[in-house]
Amino acid sequence: MASEVTHTAATFADHLPVLQILVPFIAAPLTVLIGSRALAWPIAFVSSAIAAVIAFALLMKTMGGEVISYHLGGWAPPLGIEYRVDAANAFVLLLVCAISTIVLPFARTSVAAEIPKRQHTLFYTAYLLCFAGLLGVAVTGDAFNVFVFLEISSLSTYVLIAQGSYRDKRALTAAFDYLMMGTIGATFFVIGIGLLYMATGTLNMADIADRIAEQGSNRTVRSAFAFIVVGIGLKVAIYPLHLWLPNSYTFAPSAVTAFLAATATKVAIYVLMRFVFSVFRPDFSFANNTLEFIIIPFAILAMFAASFIAIFQSDFKRMLAYSSIAQIGYILLGIGFLTQTGLTAGISHLFNHGITKAALFMGVGALVLRTGSSFYSRLEGAGRTMPWTSAAVVIGGLSLIGVPGTAGFISKWVLVQAALEKGWWPVALLIVASSLLAVIYVWRVIETLYLKPATGDAATATEAPASMLIPLWIMAAACIYFGFDTQITIGASQTAAQGLLAGAVGMAH
Amino acid sequence: MHHHLILRVVTKLLVGTIILYALYVQFHGDYSPGGGFQAGVIMAVAFILYGVVFSLASVQQVFPPWLVHKLVALGVLIYAGTGVVSLFLGYNYLDYGAFTPHHPEHGQHYGILVVELGVGVTVTGVMVAIYYAFAGRTPVISDEEW
Repeated sequence: MASEVTHTAATFADHLPVLQILVPFIAAPLTVLIGSRALAWPIAFVSSAIAAVIAFALLMKTMGGEVISYHLGGWAPPLGIEYRVDAANAFVLLLVCAISTIVLPFARTSVAAEIPKRQHTLFYTAYLLCFAGLLGVAVTGDAFNVFVFLEISSLSTYVLIAQGSYRDKRALTAAFDYLMMGTIGATFFVIGIGLLYMATGTLNMADIADRIAEQGSNRTVRSAFAFIVVGIGLKVAIYPLHLWLPNSYTFAPSAVTAFLAATATKVAIYVLMRFVFSVFRPDFSFANNTLEFIIIPFAILAMFAASFIAIFQSDFKRMLAYSSIAQIGYILLGIGFLTQTGLTAGISHLFNHGITKAALFMGVGALVLRTGSSFYSRLEGAGRTMPWTSAAVVIGGLSLIGVPGTAGFISKWVLVQAALEKGWWPVALLIVASSLLAVIYVWRVIETLYLKPATGDAATATEAPASMLIPLWIMAAACIYFGFDTQITIGASQTAAQGLLAGAVGMAH
Repeated sequence: MHHHLILRVVTKLLVGTIILYALYVQFHGDYSPGGGFQAGVIMAVAFILYGVVFSLASVQQVFPPWLVHKLVALGVLIYAGTGVVSLFLGYNYLDYGAFTPHHPEHGQHYGILVVELGVGVTVTGVMVAIYYAFAGRTPVISDEEW
């Protein structure tokens, strides 16, 4: 039976898609096996940095519209598992890697203060698994593989959130709530994939897309779509499915919140886009109607309701969590427009909001380290004792509102443009109006930090250590930098949007 | 369970057989039903049975918790490492054909054996770790009071 096979050796560059996940994924068990507390952080940081370089190389390769396909185990798709990288996922990969690489130096100090020493090795292992899982979700072109990586990242996320229990026991119930909701979400998602498999007989996304295009819409495909949207919706925290998010973000360790807020929901949004545009294709009218009549109203509702709740919070971290739900609304609104501009706005806001929230949550982490709490009442006057941290928080806050000159402005501007392009000027007005709500909740932070007399812990607090300030300021500087230089963000978003709308993921015939 | 003489004797007789059967399922997995997952669970059963009958402390003497945790990680590394080897040989990740370039089928055979071994090691570790986690909790009623 032995057959002679000629094989051309693959070069290092060909392996980039798999190395992207492999580096953090191998680093995770390695951390446990070495079992050294001193080495856990360096291993995590180095693997995260290597992953960031790989993600950058992938984005540079795919910016021109090229699609990289990697066959796992040498088995050709649709039978084998395929990793498929185009501009859309390369952009998400770079976001996840960059955030992780910047958050990790911050995490070192923050984790040392918030989590007992004996847990550190396992903490970084869970972190690396979560990181690898998120990258895997973004890189794979196989629907079932998405589910597997989603579970890898979710399970480790529950562990990471529960680590907050050393500071506040409520982290345990928050993690349990998320576990329940996340599992229901994953179940719905896998039911959806099961139905798709039933209808098409394949698990490769591009192949599913081709077969759906052939057979057209039928009840199985429509139910699959509904299950997938609800399942991923739970992970994205689309407005009525967001209940797990505020508690998880509030009670998780500061570094975990900074990482998750900037990456986990963003990767889930990417999956939603991938399924809506690449698997079901934009000409699948059921998907379009779902977006227009269900997702868009909920997105607008989120923009207002969540912002409104955020105004009345007395905890800085919790306020930011609600603001995240509102910002996810903007991203979904952009996707719901189903136009090139709308999608560009959605994808660029995904990036800009990621860096903004990472900056803000790191700022909270630094404040928590020095004052011991994230409640406004305990932070009064911290602007005077911790000037650098507070200034970075203000920059993040401005970007959250969307003040011109910050990253947040760029994507909201494109979003308003997209609304006007469609002639939906009331929606454009709503975007501006909801941004005014952001002004109120950000103002409350500025008032607390600068205008209140310093009391209690905040009065005696000292500036955060350099290991926290440097990552925090890199993020804050990024918020301003991407407010002026839009070539990378808007450029990559446009290429990604084009690719998604063209259904470019279809198999090369 | 000091008074359960029959259970203790039978367990002592069975543990070895169970481990042997686990290894059979492990390495015969590519010809008959079985493989790493099943073998791992059967292997873990040997330790769990020993723990149930002879107390947690005695099974942890044989199989200490730190070793269990290392095994969980080691299995994953064996799996991932097999893929990395094929990567270094110039083939795609997890392309076992790399091990015997002229007869890919043989390479695939060896690759599966090694990968399944990794799965078996991790599953054994995970099952025993779960048992330790549950059994390690302080019991509400002590064993003697039953």
